Parts: sequence; structure tokens; C-alpha cells
Amino acid sequence: MTSELDIFVGNTTLIDEDVYRLWLDVTDAVALRVRSGILEQTGATAAVLQSDTMDHYRTFHMLERLLHAPPKLLHQLIFQIPPSRQALLIERYYAFDEAFVREVLGKKLSKGTKKDLDDISTKTGITLKSCRRQFDNFKRVFKVVEEMRGSLVDNIQQHFLLSDRLARDYAAIVFFANNRFETGKKKLQYLSFGDFAFCAELMIQNWTLGAVDSQMDDMDMDLDKEFLQDLKELKVLVADKDLLDLHKSLVCTALRGKLGVFSEMEANFKNLSRGLVNVAAKLTHNKDYSLGPAVCGTLPLRPLATQRRAVLPESVFSVCPLPRWLPTPGPLGPLHGHPPRLPPAPVS
Amino acid sequence: MPGKLKVKIVAGRHLPVMDRASDLTDAFVEVKFGNTTFKTDVYLKSLNPQWNSEWFKFEVDDEDLQDEPLQITVLDHDTYSANDAIGKVYIDIDPLLYSEAATVISGWFPIYDTIHGIRGEINVVVKVDLFNDLNRFRQSSCGVKFFCTTSIPKCYRAVIIHGFVEELVVNEDPEYQWIDRIRTPRASNEARQRLISLMSGELQRKIGLKVLEMRGNAVVGYLQCFDLEGESGLVVRAIGTACTLDKLSSPAAFLPACNSPSKEMKEIPFNEDPNPNTHSSGPSTPLKNQTYSFSPSKSYSRQSSSSDTDLSLTPKTGMGSGSAGKEGGPFKALLRQQTQSALEQREFPFFTLTAFPPGFLVHVGGVVSARSVKLLDRIHNPDEPETRDAWWAEIRQEIKSHAKALGCHAVVGYSESTSICEEVCILSASGTAAVLNPRFLQDGTVEGCLEQRLEENLPTRCGFCHIPYDELNMPFPAHLTYCYNCRKQKVPDVLFTTIDLPTDATVIGKGCLIQARLCRLKKKAQAEANATAISNLLPFMEYEVHTQLMNKLKLKGMNALFGLRIQITVGENMLMGLASATGVYLAALPTPGGIQIAGKTPNDGSYEQHISHMQKKINDTIAKNKELYEINPPEISEEIIGSPIPEPRQRSRLLRSQSESSDEVTELDLSHGKKDAFVLEIDDTDAMEDVHSLLTDVPPPSGFYSCNTEIMPGINNWTSEIQMFTSVRVIRLSSLNLTNQALNKNFNDLCENLLKSLYFKLRSMIPCCLCHVNFTVSLPEDELIQVTVTAVAITFDKNQALQTTKTPVEKSLQRASTDNEELLQFPLELCSDSLPSHPFPPAKEHLESASSNSGIPAAQRDRCSSWIELIKLKAQTIRRGSIKTTMTVEKASPVGDGNFRNRSAPPCANSTVGVVKMTPLSFIPGAKITKYLGIINMFFIRETTSLREEGGVSGFLHAFIAEVFAMVRAHVAALGGNAVVSYIMKQCVFMENPNKNQAQCLINVSGDAVVFVRESDLEVVSSQQPTTNCQSSCTEGEVTT
Repeated sequence: MTSELDIFVGNTTLIDEDVYRLWLDVTDAVALRVRSGILEQTGATAAVLQSDTMDHYRTFHMLERLLHAPPKLLHQLIFQIPPSRQALLIERYYAFDEAFVREVLGKKLSKGTKKDLDDISTKTGITLKSCRRQFDNFKRVFKVVEEMRGSLVDNIQQHFLLSDRLARDYAAIVFFANNRFETGKKKLQYLSFGDFAFCAELMIQNWTLGAVDSQMDDMDMDLDKEFLQDLKELKVLVADKDLLDLHKSLVCTALRGKLGVFSEMEANFKNLSRGLVNVAAKLTHNKDYSLGPAVCGTLPLRPLATQRRAVLPESVFSVCPLPRWLPTPGPLGPLHGHPPRLPPAPVS
Repeated sequence: MPGKLKVKIVAGRHLPVMDRASDLTDAFVEVKFGNTTFKTDVYLKSLNPQWNSEWFKFEVDDEDLQDEPLQITVLDHDTYSANDAIGKVYIDIDPLLYSEAATVISGWFPIYDTIHGIRGEINVVVKVDLFNDLNRFRQSSCGVKFFCTTSIPKCYRAVIIHGFVEELVVNEDPEYQWIDRIRTPRASNEARQRLISLMSGELQRKIGLKVLEMRGNAVVGYLQCFDLEGESGLVVRAIGTACTLDKLSSPAAFLPACNSPSKEMKEIPFNEDPNPNTHSSGPSTPLKNQTYSFSPSKSYSRQSSSSDTDLSLTPKTGMGSGSAGKEGGPFKALLRQQTQSALEQREFPFFTLTAFPPGFLVHVGGVVSARSVKLLDRIHNPDEPETRDAWWAEIRQEIKSHAKALGCHAVVGYSESTSICEEVCILSASGTAAVLNPRFLQDGTVEGCLEQRLEENLPTRCGFCHIPYDELNMPFPAHLTYCYNCRKQKVPDVLFTTIDLPTDATVIGKGCLIQARLCRLKKKAQAEANATAISNLLPFMEYEVHTQLMNKLKLKGMNALFGLRIQITVGENMLMGLASATGVYLAALPTPGGIQIAGKTPNDGSYEQHISHMQKKINDTIAKNKELYEINPPEISEEIIGSPIPEPRQRSRLLRSQSESSDEVTELDLSHGKKDAFVLEIDDTDAMEDVHSLLTDVPPPSGFYSCNTEIMPGINNWTSEIQMFTSVRVIRLSSLNLTNQALNKNFNDLCENLLKSLYFKLRSMIPCCLCHVNFTVSLPEDELIQVTVTAVAITFDKNQALQTTKTPVEKSLQRASTDNEELLQFPLELCSDSLPSHPFPPAKEHLESASSNSGIPAAQRDRCSSWIELIKLKAQTIRRGSIKTTMTVEKASPVGDGNFRNRSAPPCANSTVGVVKMTPLSFIPGAKITKYLGIINMFFIRETTSLREEGGVSGFLHAFIAEVFAMVRAHVAALGGNAVVSYIMKQCVFMENPNKNQAQCLINVSGDAVVFVRESDLEVVSSQQPTTNCQSSCTEGEVTT
């Protein structure tokens, strides 16, 4: 007696969250479910579990097509799913592993990279299925919002119905992929995705075309070339002693009382400023786009180690005398929802 | 020419890419009705076209309006080659033809293609302007309402229940026409879909005409089926019950809200047969007479096994239900006469209803069924319905005579079915013989005096169990006892019926699903030999199915079966029997005896031991089941029932002889119910198997119950979560050494595993009950068995189970009082304020104060700046004696905890697609149906030539069933409804050819589209004022103090 056909279709699509989670990552969930002890809990037989798992996998497989364009999931008529469940399906589908994203951040989302997924999977311990899904998600989001007008985060949110936080993360991923920031360098290894996402957000806010004109195509993706050119002028801040002092006093006034490491900053201002200005001046060279390395690698970070490192970019972005709107340095809460992590002390 | 159909095509969305070059589509729409076609403009290069067309107007006969579906075809425009079809939408416009139902059909419909499935959606608006036609000779029957629901629909009142209507239409099956060889599968499927749609329309119109002739205005319990006879044609047949319904003007909006419909009905006194002396006897072996007639040709018909088909044998019905002439008063005689005359006018006194208005059902006799084997290739004139009409008439005649033999003049819960394999067709009909109250069968003339009379009667709840046949002239041997409820009339020891449990029946404990499963191998044969073989096997199958049911019923410690449905399916080389029913313990019936096992060779010691071991196991199981289903009937002292017979005779009975041996004198043997044990004699391995299979049925896991009736006896605190589902399984038997036993085991495992899977899948809903579990078996090929299950899982509240005795009003009173105590923070003050002036208990006082909110003029209320002021004002109002009517009380009072929880749950906002519930039940728990929008009857074909690519057979069928659900929901939503009740998947024919990578499936579903309102919402609306007021003032109070 063999089962030729075995299906279950509910008027309200039955979704088992545990199985969904498994489906996202593995191709064969039955063994894993057995190991979870579900058989003992429910008194079910292995055959029942097998059939149930197959049913769910089939359902998810049918849903996957819709998950690729989440607004379709909302409007489709085939699966009756409560909105809260729909949101959950989407959010989980687009969730990614920090370890994985660190590997591909800044890389071109091309077939070439896709071929490396095997290696990434082995390296990170994330299943290949999961890696593929995550990679395809990055790529899909990238393709959809690539040529769009308007705010990057808004676009992502509108077309993929992601939560605010996830949409911001994707904006960062898209931004890095578009500008090909190298994040894989050894000395940047200690930086988490959250750190990069934070940088990306500030860059999008302040340095992109969109910061100048909200009606441009790709406004949040490409850095404003003119602005980068202008940054070269900043060298004067290091070269000219008067200006250096003026700069220092302005920055110190602006940051006094807002920075835990203020005194260290004040003491090292000259070095800090020089590092930053050097980075700024080189930004026009495509290769040196890697802001992170520049900032973190060239600056004497030790004095700041007591404070969260991420202070730095914030201060950098805000104190640069840019010919445009500047955000005031905000209170330094947990960055972007990611757990703060301290950088290792640079080897001197 | 009395109708103008108007159609507007608004927009499309999610269309498939038809032009690979541009990844877009140039879509346009053809709208066709009858022979008229309109087209929209081509909307270039878009997957979301906005046609926004003009109104396309069709001027048509109402006859066409009823028959024809509106056909909408979406196409991709192609300049150089033929336009490609994207898909179609068929819209049945029948619901627009009743005055009270939907007025407009408007919404997004899935665009369906028989090869590709759903491909995008289209937004359509349809309206009908109907002109009155007073022509007496008209062929249309617009305005007759159809309901699939097998009870009087919730917002209607039955004025008269006229009776049985049936009709049958035959046509050539497009699949078997010569042209099918040259047309594409798509064209063939579409021709078939369209034809069936047309035929259903025609059928409905013809039935409507019959109803109008009977001066009814509705058909309830409408059941339409297709017989795919193959070469000989395609038959669409339908049965139903004609009624005159009255819409309840303000649909009992202020009745106390009930969680289950049963409560609603309990309030009304049951008008039972008034004369306590009227007793008659005769037991009911539940499954009465079956006949098997086999007729290879029209002229030849043979009856086997049953003698009582003979009409002359029938006892005089007048006396049947309790020798009314002798003992009953003159009124009773009158009543009988009326009933009889009312029913005898009818050719077939059949009713497809399974639940009845209180008082309708007087007595129940037992199940009557008839089957007949026919050869389809012997139909003389296959294109005409005469032959099939004659077949069915023959079967119905048999049913009628069986009912008469049981002393009943009517058959309720009546249904018909067929099973076809090649050229052999088994026609089956079954129902429950019953005696009915004539009140609903005639015009209102009798009503007055009847009602008067009824008031004098004490309501009893056991009346329907009392035997309708004459004790001295019993149609078959059985045990009778005095009713355990009223002690005055006789009842059988077991009762089998095809109807739902009457709402006023007293049940002890809970019910459960009981199934008998059986396979019988049959030699492959041709034509007449085959038919003969089948009809020879049938009686044995019926017998065994019956035995199994009886054994399992006893094993569960129960004494009655409801909703019994026996399905016999014929295949190439086997017959399958599947009987499902819901077992219950009726308080009026005697306690069932146990099962005793008797060995044949008593000298063998080890054998004896084995037997006693088995016996112990069985006894344990019975005890366990009693506990599980909470069956603990009150002990009844023997004297009341009658003197027991001293020693229970050791009866040696034939194996499986359930129809209590004829050698016993039933009349005196009153103690049987208690002492009688069911003896199973183990004389061969076969019997051993049977006993084993009895014990292998595992009960559902704790927290689960299942039944195949509308509501689960013993549970009436449903919460509102429901999940309707369809599950299909196909197994392939290994063709090697197939034996009956192996087959039985396979089949049994299949069903058991399927149930286990359902329990596992739905475990998140615990505690819940699977209701209306409907199994369908088919044998699509030699070694394939297909089982389709449709059911609904309903959650219930375990904690409330004990409160059932309280009336809803009591509950609401309590609830309201506690509520107010929570809301009003100083109830005592209020009490002391108002108590002196009013002699009410405090609880009521609060209630008044709360509800009197609405009595305070709005302007005043607004002016109340503080909580204190409001209270003062209220207190004054009370003192002034402005007491609210009970109506307000009920409006303001919440129903139960379940609803409360729901209300507090965040509403699912921002959903663009409205939720449409589907259920096979006639009601939605925790909600009130406010409007019936019309019948949904849809037929779909899906075919694929890329089976592997679509995920194999499972993937294919899974997607198809999901699509069918989606299309049903879309149609309901377009009618303005939010649920389908009495949903049924009548057919699911699946054929595959894995070698060719092909598969085809036909699905037919139906149900009633309705609008429902959550009871909690009803309250929120009605009680919003006071509640919000109270709460807001509460907060105000907190601020100010």
C-alpha cells in the first residue's frame, strides 16, 4: 500500500510556524521535526508527520512565488491567510543571517557571487538553501528598487511590505551593493552588519543625490559626485592652522557634554581630523570608497575604545562643514537596533 | 422578454505575461450571454489593465437568465496570429433573480483556465433589471429561492413544507463527442463546463416550476448531482424539498444570543404526540429493508432478499403510528387523517431535510434504503431522461413501501446517489422513515386548532424515539422496552437514522463518529455477468456494514446513530462500502448491552483463555469509551422498567446476527435492553479479524471530538474559530495476492491514518470538534482507492461546558451584573441609593442603571462632565422609575466569554481581500446569518500535461482545490456575502496518467452564500452607546477624583 496522493487544503491556509522556519532553511524537515520530539508530544506516527510536512512544504512552495512580490500576497485570492500571518510570512522570508550578509555585503549581486554560496555556506554554517534564499532576496530587492525614485527605505517598504527595521537593513544592503564598498577586508572583520548599516543610513541621508534633490532617479543609491569633489577642499582644515583651530573649537562646542569621550576627542582632535579629512579627500577615487576602513584603520581608536566606536561616524558626518542640511548629533542609543559591539584595539 | 442584463468590465490585475518580448500583455475581454457577445477595447501593454468599459446590455428572456451563465473571457490581443485566451469566468446570475437576495454582483473574480489554473483576476459588475411577467404559462421560475441547507434557513419561517421535488436532465457528454478528437483539451473542457452550467440552470428552472405549481416559493435541501455516464451521456439530477417560506421581518435581532442553534430551539415547547396511551410496538432494527434489483434492460427487474417490497404487505398507516383510532381522542384521529391525506396526495412523501422545526417530527421508524444495479449501455434512448426517470421512480417506490412497512408515512433525511464504473451503475437511495406532524404540510387552516391543542400537551423530549409501527404487527423482530424517559411508550433498543439529532432530544454524554469500512473483491466481468455479480454481493455488504456499525456502536456504549450515510462504490474488481454516522446515547433508549465473545470449541483450554482475554479487552474498551464520552446514564430501578426476566438466557447466535433472533418473544422480554449482550462467535479467522478490527479503531486524541452531523451532541459552547478543509488521499494497492482481509485492512488503515493526520494538523485548535465529517470513496482505477474528506473543525470552550443548563437570559443577566460591577466602581453606593425605592435584587438594579444610559438624552449625557454627575443622573433616572425593557437589557448584555475574547483581539485591518468563511454546516458559530444571497453551484475541470512540473499529483490537486476554494470565495464576496454555509464538495473525480505526464480533475461544489454578523458585533453596535459612555466616564472619574 503506497500513498499516491495525499493532500490537505484548508479554507484558511494552515501555516505551521515551526515548519515554515524549517522550510526556509532546509530541504528535508521530517528528520528535524522528529528530533524536536513532536512525535512524543502529540502521539503521532512518523507517517503522519511526513504527510503533514509534505503538505506544508507544498503550500509554502506555492506561496513562494507570491512572496517574491509581497503585495501580490496581499491581493491574491488563492490562499486565505489572516493579515497578521501574511506579515509574518513576509518578514520571515526576508529575514537574513548576520553572518551571511557580512559575507556578501558590498559584493556585486551577480551570478559569480551566487556561485560562491557553497563556500559561504560551509564557512558560516548556514544551509545552502537558506543562503540561496537570502542572496536571491538581496538581488530581488536590489533589482526592484534600483531604478526607482524616492526614498530607498520607503520604496523597499512599499514593494516588499517589510517592517521598518528590515527595510532599513535592506536599504543598507542595496546601498553597499550599489556602491561596492569593500567590507570584506581583514581589518574590518570586527565590524558587524549593524555598524555598516548605520554608516549606510547616514551616508544615504547626507551624502547621496537624494540628499540634494528628492526627485532624482536612484536618489538614495549613488553618492553625490559633486559633493565628493567638494570634499577635497576640506584639506584646508588640516593645512591651515587657523582653520584647524576654528574647526576644533566649533566641533568641541557642538559636542561638548554630548560625548562621553569628549576629552579624549579634544586631545586627539588634530589626529582625528587629519584622518577624516584624508579619507574625505580620497573619496572621489572609486577604489577608496571604503569609508569604514579609512576611518577605522587610520584613526587612533584606542582613546575612544571606552566609548562606542560608532560615535565616530556620527560625529564625522555631522561636523563636516557641508554645504547642506546637517543632522544634529543625537543621543547615542543602541545603533539601529543592533547590539553594540566594541572594536578590538587596533594593533599598533 | 422580461429581463435586461447589464455587465461592466472594470479592470484586471496580476495578468500573466502573454508577450515574452515585452513581458507584458495586451488584454481585452469578451462578454458573452446566450448568443450575444460584446468586446472591450484592447488595453495595451499592461498586466493590470483598466478597461472601465461601458455597460454591456443584454435583453433576454428570463428563461435564458435562469439557464445561461454569463461568460467572460479574457484574451491577449495579437495582431498577426489568433488571439490567445488567458482564461474565463463563469458567473451564475441566478442570485440576482430573487427579490430579496443580492442586487448586484461586483468584485474581483479569478480568471480561470482549465489548463493553467487561475491567471490573474478581473473586476466585473453585473446587474439585472427584471420586468414582471404574469404569464401563467411561463417556462421560467424566477423568484423561487434555492437553499442547499437541509433545514429551514435561519432567517426564515416555514409556513408550509410541501414536499419532494426532483428533476433530471440528460445530455451528450462533450468529452465523448466525435469532435473531441480534433479539438484541444482546453476547448473540450470548456465545452463541458459550459454544458454543465447550462444544464444546472435548466434543472433549477424546471424544479422551480414544479415548486410554483405546488404554490411554494423555495426549495430547501437542494442537492444536485452529476452522473458522468460516459458514452451514454451526462446526467444532471437534483432533489429537494419544496417549501413556502416567510422571511422573519426583523430577524430575531433581540433574541438572546446563543452560541449554538440548539439552544434557540429548546426554548420552544415540543409538541409531541399528545396521547400517552397511544403505544405501539415493534422494534426497529435500524437498517430496514433493502432490495437489490438488477435490471439489465428496462423490462427485466429482479428483486432479491426482501419480501416487504410488496406494497400490499404494508400495514395500514392510519394505525401504524399508535392505533390512534382506539385510544386517541377524536382530535387525534383528525390529526391522523389530515396527515395522511396531506401526505397521500404526494407521489413521494420524501423530505431532503435533516433538521426540522420543533414539533415537525413525531416518530422515527428507522433507516430505509434501496439500491439497484443498472447497465448503462442498455438505455434505449440515451439522450432522453425517461429511462433514468423510471429507474429512480422504481427506487423511490421501494423506499416508500419500506417506510410504510415501518408504519411511517414519510421519509425524512432522504438522499440519492450513484456509483458508476464503466457501464455498470449502482443507484442508491436512503432516508429515515418517520411520522410527521401535519401542521407544516398544509395550509394554515389547521394551524389554529392544532396550536390550541398543543398548548395543552406536556412537552416531551422522547417522542421521536417511540416506535411508529404496531407492536403486534412488527415488520421485523426487535426488542422493545418502555421509554426510559416517559415510561409510557415503547422504544427500540437501538435507533439508526439519516437525520441530524433533533434539537430537543435528551442525550447523555457526547457523541462520536462511527465508521464501518468494508471491501469485497469481485471478479472482473462484462455487462450482465458483472451486474449480476454486483447485485449478489450487495446484500452481503449491507449486512456486514450493518454488523460493523452495530458492533462499534456497542463498543462505544451508545444506542443510536444519526446522520447515517452508507456509500457503496463499485470498481473494476472490487466493491467498497463506507458507512459513517454519529453515535450517541439517547436517554430515552435502553442502555446497550455489551459484546460477548463465544468460542466454538469450548474444550480447548488455551483457546478459552484467548477468548477470555479478548472479552476482557472488549469490556475494557467499552468502559473506557463510556468514560471518554461521558456516558453515565442515571441508574433506573428495575421495577419501573418492568420485571426482569430471571436468567439471561445463554444465547448461541450466529456470528453477526444482529437482528435479534426471531425465536424470542419480544413482547414480554422487556429487560433485554439491560441484560442483552451482543454475542460474537469466533469460529474462524475471519471473525477473529473482525474482532481485532473492532479494537484497532483508536479514539481521537484528547481535546478532539468528531461527528458527521451538524452539531456535536453534548457540546454547545462553540467559539467562533472555524476551519473548513478538504483532504484527499489516494493509495495504490499492491496487486499481488489481494484478499478481502488485506483489502479491508488497507482500507481501514487508509481511513484511520487520514483521521490521524487531520487530528495532528488541527492540533492547534484543541479543544475542537470535527463536524460534518464527510467521507467519499471512489475507485478511479483498478488498484487505486481514493478517499476524499470534507469537514469543519470548530473550537469550543471547555470551561463553559458545565454552564449549559443555564438559560441564555440568565447568563446574560449574570454577565451584565458582573460587568457593571467592574465598570461602575462603586456599585454599593448606587445600590443603596436605589434599593429602597425598588424591590429588585441588586444584580438587576445594576443592569437597569447600566442600560438606562441609553435612556438619558444624548444632550444631557454630553453635558455630564464628570463621572459623579453621570451617576447621580442615572440614579435619578432610576428613582424616577424609568426602567428599561428587557430588550435593552439583552442588547446591552454580552453573550459569553468566548465572544469577549474575540472582541478584544485586534481586528484584522488593512486587509484588501475580505475573509469569506466556508462551512459544511448550516450555521456559523457565534454569528447570526442575516441574509441568504443565493445558491453557489460550481463545476470546474482542471487538466495538465505537465504533471511533474506542477509537483506531481499532489501538487496538482492541492493547487486545484485551493483554486476552487478561491473561486467560491470570490463569487460569494462579489455577491456581497462573507460566508458559504452548507458547503459540500459533491464530486471530486481525479484521473491521472503519469506515463503521459497528464492528469485531469473534475470538482463540483455547492453551498449557500450568506451574510453573517458576529453576535459580538451585533452587541457592540447595539450596546456601544452605554458601554463607551461608561468607560469614558470611568476614566473621567479617575482623573477628577
